Amino acid sequence: MTESFDPEDQRKRIQRSRNRVLAGLLIGFAVLVYFISIAKMG
Amino acid sequence: MTTTTAQPLPTEWRDFFALTKPRVMSLVIFTGLCGLLAAPVTIHPVLGFTAILCIAIGAGGAAALNQWWEADLDAGMKRTAGRPLPAGRMDRTSARDFGVALSVGSVLLMGVAIGWLAAGILALSIVYYAVVYTIWLKPRTPQNIVIGGGAGAFPPLIGWVAATGDVTAMPVILFAIIFFWTPPHFWALALFVKSDYAKVGIPMLPVVAGEAATRRQILFYAVLLLPLSLLPWWIGGTGAIYGVVAAVLSGLFLLLSIRVGLRQRKAEDDTMKPEKQLFAYSVIYLFALFAALVADHWLVVPGVHA
Repeated sequence: MTESFDPEDQRKRIQRSRNRVLAGLLIGFAVLVYFISIAKMG
Repeated sequence: MTTTTAQPLPTEWRDFFALTKPRVMSLVIFTGLCGLLAAPVTIHPVLGFTAILCIAIGAGGAAALNQWWEADLDAGMKRTAGRPLPAGRMDRTSARDFGVALSVGSVLLMGVAIGWLAAGILALSIVYYAVVYTIWLKPRTPQNIVIGGGAGAFPPLIGWVAATGDVTAMPVILFAIIFFWTPPHFWALALFVKSDYAKVGIPMLPVVAGEAATRRQILFYAVLLLPLSLLPWWIGGTGAIYGVVAAVLSGLFLLLSIRVGLRQRKAEDDTMKPEKQLFAYSVIYLFALFAALVADHWLVVPGVHA
């Protein structure tokens, strides 16, 4: 197995993992806001 | 032809996470949760979760702002030189913006979802840590640990206020317990860990006032902590379970502090066993005391307390 140390590959890998985490956080926030709305209505 | 190879790599998300000081955050979450669970009213689980999340995010934001401000100091100390900013894995502007975003976001979410009193106290705690402690008093006074203790004391107060919407004697006492617990906890550590603070010009008490004065101050705060920890029981805010546990825990804390307070370092190669024991016990003490507070609230039959 070979591992690439090309800076462009590194950049893409970091950017991809950041995007995934951000997407997860945004989905989590949307779900939280939904449940907060339900709780406040109750 | 591309020019991308000359640009620095983007910061890993793990470094942003590290900026929030996750280990400190675990204690913040625990004490905030205890404040919330020990309150005399129940809160909807979703709102309770949101309140704790806001406390954690606010603490993370304050920690990021702390590291943004102290990046140069951190670079000069072995313990902190590997953090994202001094290690060069993140630029200062990103750290500052991240800290401001977390701080403002946590306060707004707390205000909208829980209430503006809890949000106001959360905002106060962030400003207290990031501005009053980090920027203003930490580099100026050897009592910086005492002042910093105030920042760590806010979570149970915020948790309680999030549940009740009101500031009463009990959450203020919980604040005071952590406030008076912090100096002996940190100064015990400072006595046996050779810190680099002096090198970067931070006036830590053992360096500025000496070891004997630090030992006296440890004892002073431990003596005050004993009656303070029993106060929730005396005022009828808790039952006997908490009272007994607090008396035992604080009694032992005082005994260990007396051992440290009346002691003198025998030689340079002293193992500092009593100081290490006090530090280790102080962590257990806080967890156990707050756990007892919650256990007392949930185990005792409702209506028994005054």
